[in-house]
Amino acid sequence: MSRREMLSGGLRGLGLLGIGGATGALATRERRDDEVWQIDPDACIQCGLCATECVLEVSAVKTVHSHGMCGYCELCTGYFEPDPVALDEGAENQLCPTAAIERTYIEHPYYEYRILPDLCVGCGKCVKGCNMFGNGSLYLQVNHDRCVDCNRCAIAGACPAGAFRLVPRATPYRLRGEEET
Amino acid sequence: MRALILLALLASALPLLGIERFPPPDFSGGHEIPQTVVPESRARTQAWVDVAALALGLGLASWISLRLRSRKGLVILSLAALAYFGFWRRGCVCAIGSVQNVALGLADPGHAVPLAVIAFFSLPLLVALVWGRGFCAGVCPHGAIQELVLLRPLKVPHWLDQSLRLLPWLYLALAILLAATGGLFIICKYDPFVGIFRMGGPRGMLLLGGALLLLSMFVGRPYCRWLCPYGALLGLLSRVSCFRPSVTPDHCSRYRLCEDACPHGAIQPPTGGFPPRDPDARARLLLRVALVPLAVLVFGWLGGKVGLASVAWHPTGKLAEQVAMAGAGTLPDPAPDEIVAWRHAGADRNALATAVADLEERSLLLGRLLGALFGVVVAGHLVRVRFPRATADYETDPADCVSCARCFSACPYERVRRGEVVDLGEEGGARA
Repeated sequence: MSRREMLSGGLRGLGLLGIGGATGALATRERRDDEVWQIDPDACIQCGLCATECVLEVSAVKTVHSHGMCGYCELCTGYFEPDPVALDEGAENQLCPTAAIERTYIEHPYYEYRILPDLCVGCGKCVKGCNMFGNGSLYLQVNHDRCVDCNRCAIAGACPAGAFRLVPRATPYRLRGEEET
Repeated sequence: MRALILLALLASALPLLGIERFPPPDFSGGHEIPQTVVPESRARTQAWVDVAALALGLGLASWISLRLRSRKGLVILSLAALAYFGFWRRGCVCAIGSVQNVALGLADPGHAVPLAVIAFFSLPLLVALVWGRGFCAGVCPHGAIQELVLLRPLKVPHWLDQSLRLLPWLYLALAILLAATGGLFIICKYDPFVGIFRMGGPRGMLLLGGALLLLSMFVGRPYCRWLCPYGALLGLLSRVSCFRPSVTPDHCSRYRLCEDACPHGAIQPPTGGFPPRDPDARARLLLRVALVPLAVLVFGWLGGKVGLASVAWHPTGKLAEQVAMAGAGTLPDPAPDEIVAWRHAGADRNALATAVADLEERSLLLGRLLGALFGVVVAGHLVRVRFPRATADYETDPADCVSCARCFSACPYERVRRGEVVDLGEEGGARA
C-alpha cells in the first residue's frame, strides 16, 4: 500500500506543479488594467447583430453621438428613411425602429439629434445611414453601465467584422472626434 | 449598381480619413454643442466578490461533505450557489469556461487573462487535490440545477457510463484546440444551462438545456458525468486527493445499499475475496505499457486531422473560404457580412493567406499534441475499466464521486454512528 501512497503523493505534487505553473505564468504576466469589451467604430459594419446577440434582453450596445462631429443637417441620413414623405418627426419618416433619436430645431437650417439611450436597442440602422452619407458622428458602443462583462462576449463571437476589442477598464470607450477636441 | 456600391464604399471611407462631409456649423444664436455622453463603468468590485464567494463555497462544500457528512447541508449550499452563481451572476464567469481563457492565455502571450478568471480556474482544482470534488457538490450552479431536479434516478449500465465518461476529455481537447488557436469559446457557446440562468437565449441553447434537464430528472447529473470538460480535470486531480468521502468511516458489511443510493455510478463494488487478491496486476501493467504508445500514435495522428479540419470553424478560415468563393463567383448574393467587413478593412489577400497558413500550422501541432494526450487518457481508461483495482469494501470512486453525500445515510453503520436505532440484520446480508 505504501508504494501506492508514494505514487499518489508524487502525482499530487505533479498536479500542484501544473496548476501552480499555469496560474503563475498567467498571473504574473504584464497586464494593463482589467479589460472590458468595446467596439472599434472604424471596424464596425453595422450588420445589426449587436441588437440580437447580446445575452441581455435589450443589448448593452447602444448608439453614441459625437455632437462635435455632427453636421446638424436638416436631412439627416441617420434619422430619416430614404425618400422620406416629409422632413419632419413623423414616425413614417424615421429610420429608427424605436424612435430613440430626438430631433430639435436649433436655427435655420440646423437640427440637433440626441440619442435617447433608454429607447435605443443598438440595431445600428442610424449608424449605417450616418456613415454612408454623413460625417460618421453616430456609432455603436458597448454601454458599460449595462454590460455584464461576460467571459467571452456573445456579440464578439458573432461579429463578422471582428470589431470587438478588449480595452482597459479605465478608458472603456472608443469615442470618435475626441482626438481633435 | 456596381458603381453605386463603389461610391458608397468610397464615401464610407471618408470618416475614417477624418474628412467631414458636412462641417459642424457655427451657430449665430450661440447654441452650445453638447458633450458626447457615455455612461460610467460599473464598479469592478463584483469580480472580487465572486472570487470570495467561490472560496467560501469551496471551503463550506469540503467541510460539509467530509466532516459534517450532511446531505441537507449540501443541498442548502447548492441552492445558494445556484441562486448566486446561476441566476444572480447569470452563469458567468464560471470555472468550466475559464479553461478556455487559460488555454488562450497560455497560447497567446499578448492576451492578459483577468485575475478573477485565473482564480476561478485554479481554486477548484487546488481544492480537488486536497478534498476532492467539493466544487461539483456545492458550488457549481450547473451541478446544482441537475442535482435538484433529480426525481427518480435510473441505473445506467456500467459499461455505457464508463464509455460515455470519455466524452468530456474529447470535449476538453476540442475546446482547448479552438480556444488556443483563435479564441473560439465553444464551451460557452454550447453551454446548456446558461440560457436557463439568463431566462432567455438562442433557441438551440434553450432546447439543449431543457433536454438535459429532462434527462437529469431520471439520470444523475448527465452533464457533469458525460460532458463537463472541467469535471474531467477535477476527476483526474481528485484521483490523487489527500482526503476523499468514504461511504462509512467505520466498517463495511457489504449491504450494497450505498451502491443503490448513488445516482452517479460512482461506488465501486468490492472485487471479491478476503483479503482482496490482485491477480491482474501484471496483466494490467503489461497492457498499459503496450497500449499507451499505440493510443498516443493513433490519437495523435487523428488529432492532427481534427486540428486541420478545425481551421474551417475559425473566423479566419471561414473568411478565406468565402474569399475563395468570391473569386470563383459562387458567393451568395448579397455578400455575407464577413466579406463586407473584409472589403471595408482593405481586402488584403496576402495578409489573409499568411494568417490562414499560420493558423493551419498551429492547429496541426496543437491537434497532434492534444490527440496524443487524449490517447493516454483512453488507454488508462480502458485498462482501469477492464482491470479494476482490488478492493474489499464498497468504496467511492475517487474520480467519479462528486461528493453529493447521498450514500452516507444509506449505510446502516453510518446511521448507527449518528446514534439512530437501526436493525442491522444479519452480517453480510445481501440486502437489508
